[in-house]
Parts: sequence; structure tokens; C-alpha cells
Amino acid sequence: MKEITYLDAIKEAMDEEMARDTSVFILGEDVGVYGGAFRVTEGLSDKYGEWRVLDTPLSESGFTGAAIGAALVGMRPIVEMQFADFISCAFDQLVNVAAKNHYRWGGATPIVVRAPYGGNIHGGAFHSQCIEGFFFNIPGLKIVAPSTAYDAKGLLKASIRDNDPVIYCEHKYLYRRIKDTVPEEDYVVPIGKARIALEGTDVSVITYGAMVHTALEASQLLKQKGISCEIIDLRTILPLDKKAIFNTVKKTNKVVVLHEQTKTGGVGAEVSALINEYCFDYLDGPVIRVAAPDTPVPYSAQMEEAFIPQGKDVVSAIEKLMRY
Amino acid sequence: MDIKREDLLQLYYYLKLTRRLEERVTSLYHQGRILGGAWTSNGTEAISVGYGYALEKNDIAAPYFRDMGVFLIRGISAKRIMAQYFGKKTGVTGGKEGNVHIGDLNFGVFGFPSHLADNYPVGTGAALAFKIRGEKRVIAACTGDGGTSRGDFHEGMNFASVRKLPIVFICNNNKYAYSTPLKLQMAIKDVAERALAYGMPSKIVDGNNAVEVYKAAKEAYDIARNGGGPTFIECKTMRMHGHSEHDSAKYVPRELLEEWKKRDPVLHMEKYFMENNVAGKEELDGIDSRVKKEIEEAEAFAEESPYPNPEDGLKGLYATPIEKEQRI
Repeated sequence: MKEITYLDAIKEAMDEEMARDTSVFILGEDVGVYGGAFRVTEGLSDKYGEWRVLDTPLSESGFTGAAIGAALVGMRPIVEMQFADFISCAFDQLVNVAAKNHYRWGGATPIVVRAPYGGNIHGGAFHSQCIEGFFFNIPGLKIVAPSTAYDAKGLLKASIRDNDPVIYCEHKYLYRRIKDTVPEEDYVVPIGKARIALEGTDVSVITYGAMVHTALEASQLLKQKGISCEIIDLRTILPLDKKAIFNTVKKTNKVVVLHEQTKTGGVGAEVSALINEYCFDYLDGPVIRVAAPDTPVPYSAQMEEAFIPQGKDVVSAIEKLMRY
Repeated sequence: MDIKREDLLQLYYYLKLTRRLEERVTSLYHQGRILGGAWTSNGTEAISVGYGYALEKNDIAAPYFRDMGVFLIRGISAKRIMAQYFGKKTGVTGGKEGNVHIGDLNFGVFGFPSHLADNYPVGTGAALAFKIRGEKRVIAACTGDGGTSRGDFHEGMNFASVRKLPIVFICNNNKYAYSTPLKLQMAIKDVAERALAYGMPSKIVDGNNAVEVYKAAKEAYDIARNGGGPTFIECKTMRMHGHSEHDSAKYVPRELLEEWKKRDPVLHMEKYFMENNVAGKEELDGIDSRVKKEIEEAEAFAEESPYPNPEDGLKGLYATPIEKEQRI
């Protein structure tokens, strides 16, 4: 075992997969010599050459489409969106081509789109967004969002080996801020499986990405008040691990869904609807969503902090729920 | 460039097959016997036949919706295509898709997305894969004149040219994007001018002359195959029907249609054959009989084929399915 950062976990996953399989290559803006805006691909160009770590024109639809075409003839491209926000430029290629190829005409499209997402970096409206909601309603895509270095590495490997288009949401706030241990040997974290980040008995927090750490922080505060939280880290957002969601509902009977994405029509709305539809009899109270308000991500630190759900917001939601 | 007699006859055969298949589809549409709409390449068939026939077996085609000739030439049978129009289980996509939304990797054909020019970047990616792997393969990607206004046209062309990728971009310039004439689509005379901006060589050909399209495409494929990078080929033609069969195309001046009727690609080729002693009427009639029979058989096959089951619509979403236990 060794301790590595979330960022290194992502890099190691790509490095090891590129060494293992010559069909794996990276393309995107400034990923080559420069090593990417966040330095996630640093050093890979030297190791694998400019044709496997490929700098592209500033052209998200173009290089996402190109990844799709390469995948159709047997490659396993990894697309780096410089910032997840720019994925909107590639929306059509992802939604109408990648997502539908296999269903429509049997064209398997094994691409991974790495999307550095999320706020807390004072990046403003175009460098801070959560983009999973854009794609959550698109059958044919898979969406993952790791919260630990272990999952970041294992889920990226699984995504690269998967035969479908996977949007890999990597939270840029976590890049160098968290570290955890990963095995020396090869491993994958399967797509479609949530994990219990913290076992508890009184209330469940269902979340993913950086918010897992916010939930953990809240759970510490609540522990002092005698409330035991169970935290479910979804890891895969599309398709949702319904079994894991229902199991925790049946165990604690109280649920808060937490995400950094804006509230309306978000992942939390779907999780809440699923619980309502399939676990109504197990509920002690309403499913409460703690999410960002329905505005663009504001720039100033004061406003951004108010925008992104904080531990105290989770605590007050849970305290409200505990009254039922 | 010399072209063998047998190739000329094959071009004629596919031209006729495309024409007759789509004519039959049009009739079936008006009889209400096929599902959805009917988009044909009527009057522009020489383009898909020419560029499709010039491809080699291991090459790939990323077509658009007036490229029936390409599907047939790549080996997708008229039977499966006709069944596709009927929405049958035996159709190319098993009923998941209809009409010209055909794709089959077994025959080196990428599916066609309705969002025109999407296949320009997608094709560019296949060419990138060929280049990375050092394979001597090429891909042809096609769109219409209207599609060249989209960003994906630009992004695909630019990327391919920067990296000198083995792709040939074909444009079926049939003068109208649905009802919008070329002059409202672009402020340039020839679509080929667009290629200049990407530092890409281009060629303008008579899109009603299958031999000319074939030769231009073959030459461009050879260049691309040997590391010379992409070429843009503008095929000038005229769409002789509406955008699809529901559209009477009243917005097209009749005299324009009359003028282009004289340049019909089938007549053009027959005239060429007569003048150059390639084949006589009897031989061409023989080909036509073969084509007619093939289409009758295709229609019978489609009629007799079973429909898909409703639950088939739930299958095939993922190439790597998620375990059953995850589903509710």
C-alpha cells in the first residue's frame, strides 16, 4: 500500500492503462508538453509520445467527436476537458453520438471524458460548475464521480476498460487536498457500485464527490450530539446503485441527499423520487435535499461559500429531520 | 487515371440499384407502407456511388443521409435496408433506427447522426486512430452543403488538417438545405472555399458524374493513405426531390429542375457508355433487370420479416451492461 493524492491517483490510472494497452491514448487542450491545466497528464507525453498524449485545437466538440471515431475503430481514448464547464461545447457529440451509438446501430463507443468539475476555487461561473446534471437524463452514458484517491484510480481504470462512454467527474478541489492509500497492484472499482463511506444507524446522507468530505465533517459534529450518520458515497451517478440506496433507507429510515450541483432537477431529485417510489413505507420523514441554490456559481468567496453546501447546512438539515 | 470496364459496370450497377431502391422506398412511403419519412438521394446518387466505390475493403465510410450508394457498396444488403424502412427485426438496426440511419461496423460504416456534419469530427477520430496505429487505411466522411455551416464541420476539418490525418471530406452540394438556398447559407460561391481556411486542398467535381467523383475520391484517398493528409471534395449537384418525400419543394424554381434533369447521373453514365463503347443497351438492360429483381426480393424479404418485440427496445443500451441487480 502507498499513500497518494487524488490527482496522482488519476495520473497513475492513465499511466498504467496506457502501459498495459496501446489502444489507450489521451487527447485534449494542453495535455501534451504542458501536462494539462491542472498538471494531471504531466510527464505522460515524454513517456508515450505526442501521438498518445495529443494536444488538440481549442475545439471540444471536435476532439470529443474524434475520440468517438477513434473508439469506433478500436481505440480507448481519454478526453480531457480542461474545465468540466467546457463540456457544454461537446454536448451534441456526447448526447447524440456517443450515448446513442450502441443502442441505435451497435457501435460500441469506449471513451472516457475526464471532467474537472466543482467549485471552492473561486473560479466563477465558467470554471466551477457541476456538470453531471447535464448528462444525468441521457440514457447510454455512464457517469462516475470519485471522492477518494482509491476510488479515483480504481474508477478511472474501470472507465477506461468499459465499452461505453463514461463521463468521469473529477473534483478539482480534491486534486491535491486529499490523500489516501492505494494498493501497489492493479485493481478496479466497478462502475455501478456505491460504497458505505461511514456506517451509522440514525440517518443516511447520500452523496458523492467532494461532498462526501462535507458529509464526513457534518457527521463528526452530529456524533457529539449523539446522532449516528451513515454516509453513502454513490461513486457512480449514472446508473445509480439503487440497491445501496434502498438498503440504507431501510436501515436508518431518514435520508438527506447532498450535492454541490444545483437543486432543481438534480441527482438528489431523482434519488428522492426513487426512495419515494420504492421505499415509502420505510420513511420516518421527508427526504431532504441539501444542494446548491439555483444560480450560477458566484465568484466572491463570501457568496461562493454560501452557494456550496457546507457541513453546517448538512447538520441543520439532519437536525430538522431528526424531529420526525 | 484509367478505370477498368468492370469497375465502370459496377458503378453503373450501384447507381441503378441506389436509384431503384430509393424510387421503391418513395412509392412505399406514398402508399403508407413504410414507417416515418423517406429521404432519398434522388438526382445526387453519383456522389455516394463514386466515393463509396473508391474506398477499399478496410477503409471506413462515415456517411450522411443521402448516401444510400455507400451502404450498398459496403455490402449492406438491399434486403436489410428495405427491412430497416419497414421497422422490422431483420433491418440493419433491428428496428431500433429507421430509414437512412444505418450503421454497421462489420461493413465499415459508421452510423449517421441527424445532426449534420457530426460525422466530420467522428471521421477525423477514426483517421487519427489509423495514423496512431500506422495503418494504411482511410475514411471518407460526408455531409451536405447545409451541414458545412455547422461548427462540427469546422472543428473536424481543422483538426484533421492540423494533424494531416487520412480522411477525405465529401460534400454533397445539392443547392438546398431543406428549403434554404445556398446563398442564404453562405456568402461564398463554392463550398470548397471553406477548405482554404484550414490549409486543406480541395476539389470541385461534377456530382452527377459517378466516374468523375470516383476518380477524384480515389486520388484523394491515395494521397491520404500515403501520409499526404486530408482533401475536401465538393460535389456539385441538384436535389431533384424535396428535402424528404413529404416536402413538395415548391421553393425550388422549376427551370432549375428542368436544367438538372438533363444532367441526370444515370442518363449521364449511359451516354458515356454508348459514346465510349463501354456497354450497349442490351448489357445495361441486363443490369437493370438484375437490379429490379434484387429490389423485389428485398421488398418481399422486408414484408415477410417479423417485427421486433416491444421489449427489444429495452436491450442494447450499453455495450458493457450494468449487472441486473442494479435495475428496478
